[in-house]
Amino acid sequence: MRKGSTVQKVLLPVAKSTKPASKKKDEDEDPGEGWDEWAQGKALIKPPDQLELSEAELKEEITRILTANNPHAPQNIVRYSFKERSYKPTSAVDQMAVHFVLEGSLLHEDSDEARRLRAKEGLPEETATVDTGVEPDEEEPETSDTPVEDGQEVEEAGEEDRPDSVASKTDRKEPKVTNQFNFSERASQTLNNPLRERSCQTDPPPRGTFTATATQWDIYDAYVEELQKQETNKEKQKAVASKKDNDKGKKKTLLMETQTDDITKVGKASKIFERMVNQNTFDDIAQDFKYFEDASDEFRDQEGTLLPLWKFQYDKAKRLSVTALCWNKKYQDLFAVGMGSYDFSKQGRGMLVYYSLKNSAYPEFIYPTLSGVLCLDIHEQHSYLVAVGFYDGCVAVYNNKEDGSEPMYKSTAKTGKHTDPVWQVRWQSDDMDNNHNFCSVSSDGRVVSWTLVKNELVFTDIIRLSLNAAVSEGPEQQPGIACGTSFDFHKQIDYLFLVGTEEGKIHKCSKTYSSQFLETYNAHSMAVDAVKWNHFHPKVFISCSSDWTVKIWEHTINTPMFTFDLNAAVGDVAWSPYSSTVFAAVTTDATVHIFDLSINKYEAICQQPVVAKKKTKLTHIEFNPIYPIIIVGDDRGYVSSLKLSPNLRKKPKVKKGQDQPKDSEMEEAKMEKLLSLLREPEQSTV
Amino acid sequence: MAGTGEAKKEEADYKRLHSFPLIRHTDMPEEMRVETMELCVTACEKFATNNESAAKMIKESMDKKFGSSWHVVIGEGFGFEVTHEVKNLLYMFFGGSLAVCVWKCS
Repeated sequence: MRKGSTVQKVLLPVAKSTKPASKKKDEDEDPGEGWDEWAQGKALIKPPDQLELSEAELKEEITRILTANNPHAPQNIVRYSFKERSYKPTSAVDQMAVHFVLEGSLLHEDSDEARRLRAKEGLPEETATVDTGVEPDEEEPETSDTPVEDGQEVEEAGEEDRPDSVASKTDRKEPKVTNQFNFSERASQTLNNPLRERSCQTDPPPRGTFTATATQWDIYDAYVEELQKQETNKEKQKAVASKKDNDKGKKKTLLMETQTDDITKVGKASKIFERMVNQNTFDDIAQDFKYFEDASDEFRDQEGTLLPLWKFQYDKAKRLSVTALCWNKKYQDLFAVGMGSYDFSKQGRGMLVYYSLKNSAYPEFIYPTLSGVLCLDIHEQHSYLVAVGFYDGCVAVYNNKEDGSEPMYKSTAKTGKHTDPVWQVRWQSDDMDNNHNFCSVSSDGRVVSWTLVKNELVFTDIIRLSLNAAVSEGPEQQPGIACGTSFDFHKQIDYLFLVGTEEGKIHKCSKTYSSQFLETYNAHSMAVDAVKWNHFHPKVFISCSSDWTVKIWEHTINTPMFTFDLNAAVGDVAWSPYSSTVFAAVTTDATVHIFDLSINKYEAICQQPVVAKKKTKLTHIEFNPIYPIIIVGDDRGYVSSLKLSPNLRKKPKVKKGQDQPKDSEMEEAKMEKLLSLLREPEQSTV
Repeated sequence: MAGTGEAKKEEADYKRLHSFPLIRHTDMPEEMRVETMELCVTACEKFATNNESAAKMIKESMDKKFGSSWHVVIGEGFGFEVTHEVKNLLYMFFGGSLAVCVWKCS
């Protein structure tokens, strides 16, 4: 039984071998208790990570060849050969693997070291031989004397007779001899981790060849050349220094360039970056601007809405109000904002700021000015020229292409600047000498034309506004001077223009007649804030005033065609560039009113408060020439942009079958139709 | 007599004028170049008569500072073609008539 049980246990897998071994002993003593356990453990148990193989695979015979090669040795070693300056494989790889090394302590008897040791151990060797002699000769104490007597002889004899014993005894310096039979040696070998050789080889540093010849004449030539170079450099510096006085300005720009060379390169990249960041931040606004069309307009009958888009503001201009807005005709996303103050008592500095729709966080250009800006106009063809009118009566022309914040031209007291604030400036077409020129109107009653001649502004009074229609030289009449507050030149007829005054009258004038008005309209009861010709119809213009009204006129008729009361002082009015019957007005109660005369002649089709606080006054409004957006400036320095909903942009339908006439003609016809409706009854009454 | 005297003066003059160290060819980095040049000037001035000692001084200092092994040749008339480690070569003139070539190649 016991034998059988042991055999059974051997069959069990190795993992359990130790346990059964110990339990076997117990079982041999007490078979009855643990027997049942082991009887159950008969089945063959596989370890969990054993390979799953099919029967056939299990029976498959796999041959293994044992070689004497070291499996850890690398198969190919490559070394850099400096002789050949390339990597070469080593011919043979060392296969020896050392498992155990023990330093031995055997010495050859004839070696130097052995002799030295022997010499050292002369005395202790004598006693050792005596002892060994004593032990085996214990039984013969008689002979003990003779060994002592013959001790010295024995010593010598011992050296010669027993060379072996001496050799073995030279290591042992202690006289005591170990018991050869009663000692046991214990040794153990620890697990030696297999050694692995790792080495790394870097590429040798790159090499180059250089060749030259050093001769006396070569050295001399080199020095002479060097001295010449130095002299020419000195001369250059002297020459440059002498030119300094003449071209100070140019030198400055040169210096500036070299200094800011590196930064300007970063500047371009950073600008693109800024735009990208802005686009991401205001992504939804940009999407709205491009694609959003208010679908609810279909249900809203004929009314429209304004969708607020970007809002522009500049920190340093916070306390200033927007006094002028102008779109750039060439770059339709760029517009200029003039900032200043309408408050007579609080006059401070001003600013001219350019914004782009692509970057609503920060202005593109900033020009600080000493006096508040009241009006501005960007030249149509040369969009880098902007004319600005100030509160102190000066006019200036800025050139965007040039760096620096100073205007290119500025009028002074000598050169005929206005004595009162300049309310409006407008570029004119180039004169006969191809000089740019523009006109300005001011409260001092003069309409002046300025021409840019080379480096200065030359002025010519076009007309002097006076309170009475006719100016006579007689001493009885003292002609008072009216204050012009706005003007506008006719789109097609160059010399024809309108001037609105502070008294509420609008004068139609011609550049050719400097003393008389062609016509006067008693337009408003308060100052005329804006007067604008219609873009399409050549006879129609619009005016607005602080007396809460907006009036539309035909210039041949003395009374307005349409009058609209807006319940608050009207700051500005503007015709839309896409339709002859659509115009917008802004009022001091923060509302934008948009009218379309072809849809509704009496009411606005859109009245929308634009700014959060009701107390902010909207000061100016401008339509973008291409995109369906408007910008509105207010007296807190903010400019808001709004998108017009489709209802506000309606174009008249074309009858099928007809050739489609040009847009402008269509618009004109539209307006004409409207006017004719009004005119006929008048004519009939006349 | 006066002519030769003048000629001698001229010679002395030009030697004075041309005695600044003039680097003919180098591919060393800026700092290394300046340091090496100054070392060469010092050595040549110290051992004005003995080129070998000057070269020895330069070579040992370069070995200590920038690692082994450097080679130095100083002379008034010689031609050479050498293989050098890239960015470790300096060839300059000094003192109006001396040429110094310093390179590293181990």
